Amino acid sequence: MIARLRAPGLHRGLLSVPIGIGLAYAIVLPIRAASHYHPVLDGTAILQVALISAPMAFLVGLGAFDYWFYWAAGRPTRAEDHSGHGARSWKDYFRINTDHKVIGVQYTVHSFLYFLIGGLFAMLMRVQLAQPGGKFVDANTYNGLFSVHATILIFLFVIPVFAGLANFVLPLMIGAPDMAFPRLNALSFWLLPIAGLMLLASFFAPGGSFASGWTAYAPLSTSAPIGQVFFTLGVQFAGASSIATALNFLVTIITMRAPGMSFFRMPLLVWANFSTSLLVVIATPFIAASQFFVLLDRALGFNFFNAGSGGDVLMYQHVFWFYSHPAVYIMMLPGFGIISEIIAVKARKPIFGYRMMAFSLLAIVVLGFTVWAHHMFTSGMPAWIRDPMMITTAIIAVPTGVKIFSWLATLWRGVLHMDTPMLWAMGFITMFTLGGISGVMLAMVPFDLHVSKTYFIVAHIHYVLFGGSVFTIFAGVYYWFPKMTGRMYDERLGKWHFWTTLLFFNVTFAPMHLIGIEGMPRRVADYSTQFASWNLAISIASWLLGLSTLIFLYNMIVSWRGGPRAVANPWRGLTLEWQVSSPPPIFNFDTMPTIVGGPYEYGVPGAVHAVFRDGAHVPTPAGDRTMVTQE
Amino acid sequence: MAETHGAQSTPHRPAVPRYIILRLLGIGIVAAAIGIVIGFLIPWFPPAAAKQAHTIDTLYYVLIVCTVPIFVLVVSVVLFSAWRFRMRPGEERLDGPPIHGNTQLEVIWTALPSALIAALVVYAAIVLHDIGVKQPNEMTIGVTGQQFEWTFSYPGYHDAQNKPIVTTVLYLPINRPVVFEIHAVDVIHTFYVPAFRLQEDAVPGITTSFRATPDRLGSYPIICNQLCGYGHSTMRTTLKIISASAFQNFLTQHGYSGSSTQTASLQHSSGAPTETVADAANRTNSKEGPQ
Repeated sequence: MIARLRAPGLHRGLLSVPIGIGLAYAIVLPIRAASHYHPVLDGTAILQVALISAPMAFLVGLGAFDYWFYWAAGRPTRAEDHSGHGARSWKDYFRINTDHKVIGVQYTVHSFLYFLIGGLFAMLMRVQLAQPGGKFVDANTYNGLFSVHATILIFLFVIPVFAGLANFVLPLMIGAPDMAFPRLNALSFWLLPIAGLMLLASFFAPGGSFASGWTAYAPLSTSAPIGQVFFTLGVQFAGASSIATALNFLVTIITMRAPGMSFFRMPLLVWANFSTSLLVVIATPFIAASQFFVLLDRALGFNFFNAGSGGDVLMYQHVFWFYSHPAVYIMMLPGFGIISEIIAVKARKPIFGYRMMAFSLLAIVVLGFTVWAHHMFTSGMPAWIRDPMMITTAIIAVPTGVKIFSWLATLWRGVLHMDTPMLWAMGFITMFTLGGISGVMLAMVPFDLHVSKTYFIVAHIHYVLFGGSVFTIFAGVYYWFPKMTGRMYDERLGKWHFWTTLLFFNVTFAPMHLIGIEGMPRRVADYSTQFASWNLAISIASWLLGLSTLIFLYNMIVSWRGGPRAVANPWRGLTLEWQVSSPPPIFNFDTMPTIVGGPYEYGVPGAVHAVFRDGAHVPTPAGDRTMVTQE
Repeated sequence: MAETHGAQSTPHRPAVPRYIILRLLGIGIVAAAIGIVIGFLIPWFPPAAAKQAHTIDTLYYVLIVCTVPIFVLVVSVVLFSAWRFRMRPGEERLDGPPIHGNTQLEVIWTALPSALIAALVVYAAIVLHDIGVKQPNEMTIGVTGQQFEWTFSYPGYHDAQNKPIVTTVLYLPINRPVVFEIHAVDVIHTFYVPAFRLQEDAVPGITTSFRATPDRLGSYPIICNQLCGYGHSTMRTTLKIISASAFQNFLTQHGYSGSSTQTASLQHSSGAPTETVADAANRTNSKEGPQ
């Protein structure tokens, strides 16, 4: 019994939480006593420290740092025997596990849990907004609902679910046995439940949850009740997770590609995650900084954003958006990668303009850092900044447009397998185009002066993040479901899920363009009666949209438990993840592959992407293509 | 592990005949035209009550004309592909033709959108400049946001006690250019007048501003458009655009007894009486509105 509690795992992790809380008391009480603060025992002060110390204690207890502690203390480290690799039962998903495939599943399932919670919050918001003068919740709770909705779906769904899918398939795609830093990978995942629980727990804080939007503009956030700190610190944990994973992807992609896989033989999903990881590593420290500013302002009176004491209110927004604009590409580029994989395989054609697809990703990375102030056209910043930001924002539409046109050209004359992943991919192309178009409109400053912060923005962001990112996520989940679970999903239910989502998504979000231009502000718990009928329609459609997710849920659960066994390569894909069994062997490749051609050579007679050392060519013997010497 | 892909014996899909592409193009042009007409028929905007609003509305309709065809192009290619290139029975092992790209085409679809976007940016920059131009005979209005109320001051128009006039409903004379000087007391608010199509944040510690020239009589909503706390959705008031003589009466009712030269300046030229920004910011406590 004692041994079991001392061993790394959830038990020890949870038992360590009180130690962390005790640590908070031990830090705060002496300092307050020494500084003659009254009262010495101050719940708010202790809570702010405990929100850092308790999660850290949990991670230590869980065993996330065991190896490094042994190493740092000069004690013999336990050599990795890979006994932690693979999952033999569902319990293995609740432990520290260093297998990228297990972590990929942990990430994905955990993210979808928050997808459901975040979506449910949206449905509650739509109850409040079903008619003007809604009394479902009070204004403060409503502000909390949309703040937590956005925060959860950004930091605990879209960003991590892409990291999860890539965690599973990316090492397979480049012919690597695992990620470069498996222990860091495990730590990255376990930071997420902490961030998620912290954001949700804010509802139980005195004064309610954080209610200053996911943007948390100062000085509203620096003067808000204690619930705000749950955001300030929750985002730090999610951000740390994000940075660690991105670093892991970068090193994995740069150093662990199979022999022969030059950069221009990498599947575009790998390119997309390479680009995304660059964005994450460079940009995420900025949101960490912005939230540390807020924390120091709140807890210790630094007055960064207190105008009366020489603080600069607009500074918050510049630092915040220097991350949060690149963040919209962090939430989109991996989706671009997924769509490229699916379109090529399902249209049975090479990606049209592969190099341009890769270069446009890099162009977006660079340009993504030059457009942040377009979120601030009406912020009161110096007026001259508007012109350069309008120009860069318009320019960034060009590489994105190039990608859309390349996908269209890939479809052209293909043999389109119109199954569930393909439907989501084609739905994505049309919906994302709409979101891109409203984005170009918003780049035009005079139009933005009118619709900024109205429902037009809500419409735009949901066409980009739901019609864009979420559609690609569904496409990817269906596409790799056989690989991840070893089972096939139900095709008929998948199609039902697609069509109901497409329909209700549009009925929900398209009218928001209209009421936005008519002047309905976002983030309001009540609105003028002139918007009543549209809002009722939106509320009904949003509930149907939410219910359509049940089809997905049912399909996933039932298929995972008892779907037909999946073959290794159900889609006849050329990329490496399809050349191993479903699910893949514990160490991915029994024999190491050598890459001898591009990843999308569909229709090329005798084309080969990879050969295995034992001589087995995949998928057909090399034809007229030149063999490349191994690295 | 190895699996054959593609059936080399089967020919690839043939190129799409020219007449079908022309037909698709025709359908696309008609659909785009219908889309643009619908875009013009939808009553998008609330009533416009400022000169600047008309310019911005025109920009929006230009954007409709430029962007609807792009959306139609994408959707029609997707739908056409789904219909024409769908895998049919017997094609299970067929692959598409191995087309890896076409430099000419890629240059075109990079250059054309770039040119379109460049033109739109130049146009938008001109509009942005035009709506912000300083007008002769501008009247300054002080706007102050605080949780959860707006107050407006009329610098230069003092009442009998020599205090500046302050209201919670904004009164503006028609056709007189206005420059708003915007302040915040506590947190960020946004002074948003949908009828003007204009908004600007009220930011603690700095003065922000925008210009508008009211050109339509009537009452219009003023909205706080930046989340400012639990009362954010109730932080609204009304803008009343009234005739110059009615505005004079409004000032008189509030105790303004200015000399005839100041009255003249109100209705004619020579610029509004000025007052420092700090004065305007210091006056937020007196809030006697007309109603």
